[in-house]
Amino acid sequence: MKLIIAIIQPYKLEEVKEALYEANVNLISVSECLGHGRQMGVTEVYRGAKETGNLLRKIRLEIAVNDNFVEPTINAIIKGAKTGETGDGKIFVLDLKECVRIRTEERGHVAIG
Amino acid sequence: MINTGDTAWVLMSSALVLLMTPALAFFYGGMVRKKNMLSVLMQCFIIMCVLSIQWVLFGYSLSFAPAKGFWGGLGWFGLNGVGLEPYADYAGTIPHQAFMIFQAMFAIITPALIIGAFAERMKFSAFVIFTLLWATFVYDPLCHWVWGVGGWLRTMGALDFAGGTVVHINAGIAALVTAIVIGRRKNLDSNVPAPHNLPFVVLGTGLLWFGWFGFNAGSALAANGLAVNAFVVTNTAAAAAGLSWALIEWMRNGKPTLFGVASGAVAGLVAITPAAGFVSVIPAIIIGLLVSVFCFTAVSIIKPKLGYDDSLDAFGVHCIGGIWGALATGLFASKAVNSAGADGLFFGNPKQFLIQLATVLVTIIYTFVVTFVIYKLVDLFVGVRVTEKEELMGLDLTQHRERAYTVLE
Repeated sequence: MKLIIAIIQPYKLEEVKEALYEANVNLISVSECLGHGRQMGVTEVYRGAKETGNLLRKIRLEIAVNDNFVEPTINAIIKGAKTGETGDGKIFVLDLKECVRIRTEERGHVAIG
Repeated sequence: MINTGDTAWVLMSSALVLLMTPALAFFYGGMVRKKNMLSVLMQCFIIMCVLSIQWVLFGYSLSFAPAKGFWGGLGWFGLNGVGLEPYADYAGTIPHQAFMIFQAMFAIITPALIIGAFAERMKFSAFVIFTLLWATFVYDPLCHWVWGVGGWLRTMGALDFAGGTVVHINAGIAALVTAIVIGRRKNLDSNVPAPHNLPFVVLGTGLLWFGWFGFNAGSALAANGLAVNAFVVTNTAAAAAGLSWALIEWMRNGKPTLFGVASGAVAGLVAITPAAGFVSVIPAIIIGLLVSVFCFTAVSIIKPKLGYDDSLDAFGVHCIGGIWGALATGLFASKAVNSAGADGLFFGNPKQFLIQLATVLVTIIYTFVVTFVIYKLVDLFVGVRVTEKEELMGLDLTQHRERAYTVLE
């Protein structure tokens, strides 16, 4: 079992979701986060005061998958989120020790899907 | 003779109507996604700036200078000849400039209503040019035909107390045209956008309701019985329509919604606008109860079937509500309410209904065609729609380099 965490551009969320559905990955958590990578953001201007290089708004996805779904999930995220420009984001793949479905108390890979 | 009471009321009403544009900004702003909140507020505010200038320079002259032709001409350019003495053909007891500034507020809010149709996807530069051209070539001529001395619809006997035709049908048709031509927003089918802040929608509705007393009762242009009649029927119709929309939802969907009551109240205010100075209170209740049926049908049943993306239902509420109001004026108008008006169909004068119908048709056709031409011209020279990436990122950041809300702090 793996936990896949992806940081993507907010405006790419719809396309990533589409790609994940196509790959039969339907269970995801989405949250809004701020981050700082290599990308210089859109410069915001407030009464003439420019703000750049600040923390940028990103979307964080968390997806727990069984091993056979790892590559399809990664490919789907890339398909939806890649533009080729800096700021497209990153995907982290972590080992997942345990997974419990609270409703049934099932454990392990049956609890994931 | 200048009457101080009348002048005070018209100035007060002008301020009330001005407030309706920021009110509309919040009404619409609450409905869009948060990445586009500022763009809607900005569009409304820049209209206040641009059209206030347009109006005193040449808009008022094109609309109201006496003339028989297409529009009023430039005789009153820069308010030349529009002074502080009354101009009896429009209002005999208030300074001419008081009438002018009251009308300015109508000229401002009308193009602002159209924003609801193309919200979340129009380029800001194109928006400013489109609005200025639309105000000049659609609003000003139509305003002249219906309200100006020598205007042909006015001469024909059309009744439009406070702008059902000039404001609401006009803006509503322009909304339909722009929504169709600009096309649907991206990802609309996979992800129906929820209003980002319904409390703002309700704040906007409340302020619109409040401002509408200036819009309708102020259109009496005097602090008199007619103004009181307009005030009373305006409040009554808004209430009936808000209630009616909630009941329709309750019956159809199982629960009444706040968004529904707010939409209904606005639809009621739209519908009573042309009728406010000509009908009494029972017709106002009927007008209000029925307008929600028509508008609900338009926005919840017809729009999804036809597939045009009138994002915030500017057509569904303002045009449909406006048409119903204009026709209802032809049904329920009574000389007992306003001796300067006319009797409607239900008071033995079917001809008035036909005049109203003709006026509605003229407005629809003229506005439809000219709005389309203006849109295409602007599209040719500057491009109307933002790029796909800009649309996905939101107009606040891409058009204005600001955002409405921060994530932390």
